Amino acid sequence: MIKQENMLFLVKNLTKTYGSGDAVVNALRGVNVEIPAKELIVLLGPSGSGKSTLLNILGGLDRPTSGSVYFKNENLSTMSEADLTRYRRQNIGFIFQQYNLIPSLTALENVELVTEISDDPMDAKQALEMVGLAARVEHFPSQMSGGELQRVAIARAIAKQPSVLFCDEPTGALDSKTGRTILNILQDINQNLGTTIIIVTHAMATAAMADRIIYFSDGNINKININQQKSAADDIEW
Amino acid sequence: MFSTLDRKLFRDLNRMKLQAMAIAVVMALGVMILVMMGGLVISLEQTRDTYYERYRLAHVFGPVARAPRHDIARLAAIDGVNAAIGRINGSALINMPSSEIPIQAQIVSLPNFEKPKINDVYLVDGRAINSAQEDEILIIESFAKAHNLSPGDTISATINGAKRNLRIAGLAQSPEFLYTAVPGELAPDDKRFAIIWMKQKSLEAAFDLKGAFNEALLLISREANLTDILARTDRILDSFGGFGAYGIVDHSSNRFIAEEIKGVKASGKAMPPIFLGIAAFLLYIVIARIIQSERQQIGLLKAFGYTSFEIGLHYMKFIMVIAVGGAILGSIWGIMAGRSFASIYQIYYKFPFLVFQIDPATIIVGLIISVITATLGGVFVLRGIFKLSPAVAMRAATPPDFSRSKKFGAFLKKLLDQPTRMIIRTLMRQPGRAAGAVIAIAAGMSLTVAMIGIMASFDDTIEISFGVIDRSDITVSFVAPLSSKTIFELQSIDGVQMVEPIRNVPVILQNGLYTHKGAVSGLLTNPELNRAVDPDYKPMSIRDDGIIIASAIAKKLHIKAGDFLTVNVREGIKPVLHIPVVGITETLIGSPIYMQLDKLNTALKQPNRVSGAFLKIDSAKQAAIYKTLKNMSQVAGVSLASEAKQAFQTIMDSGAGAMRFVMAAVAFVITFGIVFNSAKIAFAERERDLACIRTIGFSKGETAYVLLGELGLITLIALPIGSVLGYYLSFAAAQAFSTDLYKIPTNIVPEAFGTAALAVIVAAIFSGWLVKRNIDNIDLVAALKTQD
Repeated sequence: MIKQENMLFLVKNLTKTYGSGDAVVNALRGVNVEIPAKELIVLLGPSGSGKSTLLNILGGLDRPTSGSVYFKNENLSTMSEADLTRYRRQNIGFIFQQYNLIPSLTALENVELVTEISDDPMDAKQALEMVGLAARVEHFPSQMSGGELQRVAIARAIAKQPSVLFCDEPTGALDSKTGRTILNILQDINQNLGTTIIIVTHAMATAAMADRIIYFSDGNINKININQQKSAADDIEW
Repeated sequence: MFSTLDRKLFRDLNRMKLQAMAIAVVMALGVMILVMMGGLVISLEQTRDTYYERYRLAHVFGPVARAPRHDIARLAAIDGVNAAIGRINGSALINMPSSEIPIQAQIVSLPNFEKPKINDVYLVDGRAINSAQEDEILIIESFAKAHNLSPGDTISATINGAKRNLRIAGLAQSPEFLYTAVPGELAPDDKRFAIIWMKQKSLEAAFDLKGAFNEALLLISREANLTDILARTDRILDSFGGFGAYGIVDHSSNRFIAEEIKGVKASGKAMPPIFLGIAAFLLYIVIARIIQSERQQIGLLKAFGYTSFEIGLHYMKFIMVIAVGGAILGSIWGIMAGRSFASIYQIYYKFPFLVFQIDPATIIVGLIISVITATLGGVFVLRGIFKLSPAVAMRAATPPDFSRSKKFGAFLKKLLDQPTRMIIRTLMRQPGRAAGAVIAIAAGMSLTVAMIGIMASFDDTIEISFGVIDRSDITVSFVAPLSSKTIFELQSIDGVQMVEPIRNVPVILQNGLYTHKGAVSGLLTNPELNRAVDPDYKPMSIRDDGIIIASAIAKKLHIKAGDFLTVNVREGIKPVLHIPVVGITETLIGSPIYMQLDKLNTALKQPNRVSGAFLKIDSAKQAAIYKTLKNMSQVAGVSLASEAKQAFQTIMDSGAGAMRFVMAAVAFVITFGIVFNSAKIAFAERERDLACIRTIGFSKGETAYVLLGELGLITLIALPIGSVLGYYLSFAAAQAFSTDLYKIPTNIVPEAFGTAALAVIVAAIFSGWLVKRNIDNIDLVAALKTQD
């Protein structure tokens, strides 16, 4: 059991189905899980096992079919659209496999896109410095490599100083060296800023750096491991 | 400072500048037509009203045979009459060395010493008439210009049978003679009809009217009862041979101007909504598709915590830049086009001044319509996207469902190659979008069909009027109704092949409260040269048991065939006839009234009289015939069909009808804009797919075929639909261009469909070529990499 004051998310009997009739897909089949604050958590599982769906629901990007999700005592599953928007705006940062940068904005502007609507953001340039991109602030997405694009995405996600950072396959599109750099940055953020980080991946090796590993299979959680001896991101074998 | 989203807006606009401009231009053209037409209507009306007022144009005209000058005081004493004068109004013939036939002129008197209290003239060049000089005249500027006459020149004229040499003191214009047509013709012709002003005492002598006048002019107060004043004027003038007083609305020049303005107004009301509607529809479709293509970015912004309002506002700004930009551009173009049209109209309508006035309402309407349609296009799509959860919106749209085309799979496979099947399936999977593109192109095409049809219809008006209805070569009018023996005299001229008599008599038709002032034409039972025709343009017999009236008059008088009509004949013994309407004739020019000639003469108790004749001649002998006619003392005027036809062509090309050229050009540009946008959007939407098939080994040509084939197929489907829409739009357009002066028939010519189809195909090929260059230059790596 996680202590009440440490609890960030409480998920009860969560289901999510897509489609109808013959084409119905049960993405989540009654998931129950507790997620504590300030940890680095890895959701692991094969593709289609439901981990991204859970991440989307936790992040307020999608709504469950049934069940409930509490974020610090607030029930996300009953929130209005406007409240969900406010929830994302104030608390959540996202990092996607495909970076999802706005092509017509520079690196700095992509970060400013988020800082402009945040209550207590860090300086956009500082966020880019933290991910080692101080020299690339005026570059457009088309002028950057995959690793750089993902670092802009991270800078964008952390600039608002969110309490939770959701990362959906953040290294999926990157080579091992660049991937390791990204994981390093995420680990630093978790340790230095105290941000809860939830990473969805199917790369087993990533699990080594997690505080907690949640295993997914066929729309449900198989098991949850608590990592007593975390590895540094640099030491992860790919 | 600008927010990051605003910067995104500028860059997105910059990236799509060609497309954004194309949409804005299409919208601008719709607004341009609206602003131009609206402004012209106001400008023409205000100019006319100001001109009338400033030069004190009479409100009532009272033609009379000969009334003593002192009786003017009785007219002035009528309740509601502010001023009255008597003048002399007669006709003359001018012998210009350059013209084979004598030129007809109207000659009117000016007071001996003072400025005219009513019907003043505007001196354009030279000086006023010196009262001491008996043979000095002012002549209408348009005629002087057409014949290179200047102040100081002398012309030879025949006034009331006497030859005179008249010295031109100055060139003038008058609100009374904005429109000057040869009597019996409808179209004004500056070259063949003159207006001359002379001092009263000169004309009193010339027309043997010493101490008398033959036309009373009245100015009445605003609140005066016109009907009452006309009746009292008639009562006073009747004993002196009054022909029936009439108000300014029945004055031929004013009627023409009023009809022309009505024509501009009617097409100004009917055409802009068509253009604006089609432009707005295109704007809606394009904006909707652009927003649809931004779906992933919208999802992303939502994921960051941007509210729907903030995102909506961002895209609304994007839409507004295009819509407002288009409306502003359209307003500027409309003002520019309106100004150049105003300068053409100033010459055409003979206004001394014409300032193009902007009608602010049209600009506001244009702006509102642009903004609303663009907003609707955006709002519908945004609402759809906002309904999706950000997680779904952010993902590329789920692979489209092709199962609908599955059942055709095996069948298609036998018939078509892979790329062609891709085209068919793409169209089948999104029938809504394909239908939108088809309808947009069809709408553009229909506009072109209708406008080309209108061009042909204007030609038809001329052809039917001068080839079917009036088939004579020459119309001769006599100084007074003469014995029908004159017809034999004309028949005997060498080279004259056929002569047909006519008698024109002024009448007022009355059906209850409705009246129409015009002239009845007495014709033979089965005329050959000048005929009445039915709605199918087949000749009608002139029955002797009633009257035949033009459909426009029937409408005005609320009367139909079989009903009885009161005919107040305003000549001779002025009989009042109660006769049935035995036929409705269809005419494209003017509003004729026909009776059987003998029947008309019997009613007037003047058997065997004619007032003119239609001649068919041997063109080889025309010079000799003209010469003979010029020397016949009974001949008051000669008008040539060829010249009348030319004059009519001129009014249709420079008056309200001139607008058709602008509209046809605009129709074509809109059609092109629609096709170009369709191609451009299709490319933007499919860029990744196309890059993908290039990667797997398709050649540039095959890749282009997949997209251009789709455009081609959509264009092909649009052609028949555009033809059908165009067919119906042609009726609306013909209606919009018809005035009471001339009617534009709906002419469904094959060329209209062929040319419009060709225009669409050319536009499609050109757009396809532009897009093909884009396809050839796709950066495969960049396009495939990701959205970033």
